[in-house]
Amino acid sequence: MLYREAGQFKSRYETDSQIFPIRQDRIGIALLVLVAFIGVPLFATPYFFSAILIPFLIFSLAALGLNILTGYAGQVSLGSAAFMAVGAFGAYNFMLRIPGIPLIVAFVLGGLCAAAVGLLFGLPSLRVRGFYLAASTLATQFFVVWALTKVRWFTNYSSSGVITAQKMQILGFDFDTPVAKYLLVLLIVSTLALLAKNMVRSNVGRCWMAVRDMDVAAEVIGIPLMKTKLLAFAVSSFYCGVAGALYAYAYLGTVEPEAYSLDLSFRILFMVIIGGLGSVMGSFLGAAFIVLLPVILNTLAHATNISTAIASNLELMVFGALIIFFLIVEPHGLARLWQIAKEKLRLWPFPH
Amino acid sequence: MNLNFFFEVLIGGLLSGVMYALVALGFVLIYKASGVFNFAQGAMVFFAALTCVSLTEFGWPLWVAIAATIVIMSLLGLAVERIVLRPLVNQPEISLFMATIGLSFFIEGMAQLMWGSDVKRLDLGIEDVPMESLMQSLNIIVSKFDVIAAGICALLVTGLALFFSRTKVGRALRAVADDHQAALAVGIPLQQIWGIVWSVAGFVALVAGLLWGSRNGVQFALTFVALKALPVLILGGFTSVPGAIIGGLIIGTSEKLAEVYVGPFVGGGIEGWFPYVLALLFLLVRPEGLFGEKIIRRI
Amino acid sequence: MNNSSSNRRSGDVILDLRAVSLSFGGVKALTDISFDVREHEIRAIIGPNGAGKSSMLNVINGVYRPQQGEIIYRGQHLRDMDTHAAAESGIARTFQNIALFKGMTVLDNIMTGRNLKMQSNFLMQALYIGPARREEIAHRIKVEEVIDFLEIQHIRKTPVGRLPYGLQKRVELGRALAAEPQILLLDEPMAGMNVEEKQDMCRFILDVNEQFGTTIVLIEHDMGVVMDISDRVVVLDYGKKIGDGTPDDIRSNQDVINAYLGVAH
Repeated sequence: MLYREAGQFKSRYETDSQIFPIRQDRIGIALLVLVAFIGVPLFATPYFFSAILIPFLIFSLAALGLNILTGYAGQVSLGSAAFMAVGAFGAYNFMLRIPGIPLIVAFVLGGLCAAAVGLLFGLPSLRVRGFYLAASTLATQFFVVWALTKVRWFTNYSSSGVITAQKMQILGFDFDTPVAKYLLVLLIVSTLALLAKNMVRSNVGRCWMAVRDMDVAAEVIGIPLMKTKLLAFAVSSFYCGVAGALYAYAYLGTVEPEAYSLDLSFRILFMVIIGGLGSVMGSFLGAAFIVLLPVILNTLAHATNISTAIASNLELMVFGALIIFFLIVEPHGLARLWQIAKEKLRLWPFPH
Repeated sequence: MNLNFFFEVLIGGLLSGVMYALVALGFVLIYKASGVFNFAQGAMVFFAALTCVSLTEFGWPLWVAIAATIVIMSLLGLAVERIVLRPLVNQPEISLFMATIGLSFFIEGMAQLMWGSDVKRLDLGIEDVPMESLMQSLNIIVSKFDVIAAGICALLVTGLALFFSRTKVGRALRAVADDHQAALAVGIPLQQIWGIVWSVAGFVALVAGLLWGSRNGVQFALTFVALKALPVLILGGFTSVPGAIIGGLIIGTSEKLAEVYVGPFVGGGIEGWFPYVLALLFLLVRPEGLFGEKIIRRI
Repeated sequence: MNNSSSNRRSGDVILDLRAVSLSFGGVKALTDISFDVREHEIRAIIGPNGAGKSSMLNVINGVYRPQQGEIIYRGQHLRDMDTHAAAESGIARTFQNIALFKGMTVLDNIMTGRNLKMQSNFLMQALYIGPARREEIAHRIKVEEVIDFLEIQHIRKTPVGRLPYGLQKRVELGRALAAEPQILLLDEPMAGMNVEEKQDMCRFILDVNEQFGTTIVLIEHDMGVVMDISDRVVVLDYGKKIGDGTPDDIRSNQDVINAYLGVAH
């Protein structure tokens, strides 16, 4: 009853194609933005920022990148962590070798490096599909991480291979408190999310989805397969690259190749599957799920006195089981469940 | 360049290639019969080896432990077919693939939960010493263990190839792989066939797990062996038993040769990515692999 | 219903196929096929199953490349057609087994038909300002015209996969129409439809031809439809042409009658 759309007529196409056409959704989003930008900084603890919110936002961005590639364009990738690594090392090297470079510019350049690598390793998608493509993305994952470890120039010849990330500074203002880092990450992630949403509902997004659903038909109606697929790789890698840079600078504090392992690629894939393939909101929901689940399991484990070894194995089992569960029960993930909930809300409290 | 050394590396590569082929075979079996790329094969290798070793630690004789593990793997296969595959029967291939990724995580967690996460030593009674005959006649150092392992693999691979082409069950498996609906229509008991296939794949996983495990110790890293099977399959074709063998040999040898001869120039560690890049380049030239079936799409 | 070709002025030859032969390995799909299509006409291709009709359409819009023969399109002599070039030069088509994008809504599917007319790049679309925004709205207006024409307003936001077969076929026609084509290739547009749906589809096809002057090449099995709405008919059998002319000519052609009634060759 609260969620009625009745009476909300659209008289122009502009209003019909808004991101949030229903007034209740617009109110909801406005509230969310207020809470995120003002409410949370006032009330959250530093732990909450560093251990939950910041990784949640960073992984949402990476999941969004992978969702663009796999969910919208249908190109399966197991190498997202490699692109994150390129973004991180790219940003690091630009900041190191061009003194005084603005922070945002360094991040963008890091993202562009990742996009370039994405273009290169996306070339196989022109010849292979499905899990052949997934298998070839493993080549990206292993090779890129190896190269970043072995080629000493990337790590500035550091002896340990682990570099401390530079401080984040914009116009003299240091982003070193959890709140400051959170707000910076929030700003970057929400801007990029808005751009992504615009892309997926425009021609470029439709081209991606057409290639995903039936590439032969897409070609026949004039969609350029090569450009569309490579663009998906480039944009997706850019997003992952920026996420990787944020991962190093705003979360880990170090720039190291080991942090961008195959395991991370799988986690991001799980976020996209559980959150919902082909959904911007799904990327956020999936990231929240994957970030919160270990925390919840750990708390449960402490409460019931189970050892951490057992807890971490249980975590693996729960992850695996949930992936299978979602694929069977709701292949479109949490995003779809959310949509169904909204549809039920339209009728609530009436049953039908 | 020392020719003897080259042969040693080559033979070492061939032998490890045969082991890769064995793991790849598990993939081919399941893919041929159910059209599913079972990413969890590596986890199954790990689980099989771990179960067997842990049973021996309870004091069971090795042969009894092996037999018991085979039964457990069959049960696992049946459970997987029932709980994971059957509900996903009509979904696109990629969903099934992702489900098996989830399955691999689940089995890995379960294995360590049941038997603990320590590295276990596995003693099969075969020593890892150079073969006397070869050492004396040709001055080549090749481990006795590697040769026997290769022999076991070769035996198993031949047996499976014959199974597929000669027996009634093998034929039924190939029918199921081609078209589930049609197979059902001619009365092939789909569920039973899948049960058989997953059990055989489980058995293959056990053999692979025991061989790899006694060489390197049974530990979590065993699951990554399965990832190496992917380039093998790409080279050989996902649906071909001989392809898995030849692919395995190629990957095994090229990996070792690259590491030994090219590795020192670039800082080493090439083994980690060389097979994948090789497979990637191969995909660009011949997407269906050496022996795979060409995929034709009609509109 | 009388043959209304007298109401339509068929123009000059817009598409001319000469001695086209196509084979897949050892299987000959088309052997030495020659026929032409005049602008603004409705040209039907008929024949028993497996005669090569779909292959013929696939050659016209570049999905298959013939081993021999020539395609003359708008005066240009071509060895074969390129799919992208075909789409760009105004050839649109529908498919026998619907080739819609199942993950998208009806509106989005038809919008994809406009993709060749969109100019803005992805960055402009990401920012959704100025030219990109105006372009999106302008094309939306055009697509809504197609939706009105095909009377599918009530399902515009429905995911295509959920629609019944007949409506999916209509949406596919909409996607082809959205490209404002000069030649429309329709592969069994009425297959699997009941009488009312067929009448609706006939009406749409005739309207498209009359209102927009679109040339139509149509594969169809329903003889009643073919005889009623087409100007000229080509008959294929086993990959060879066995008849070419007006519906009346074809009706009395002995070879055609033999092919359909199954007299031994």
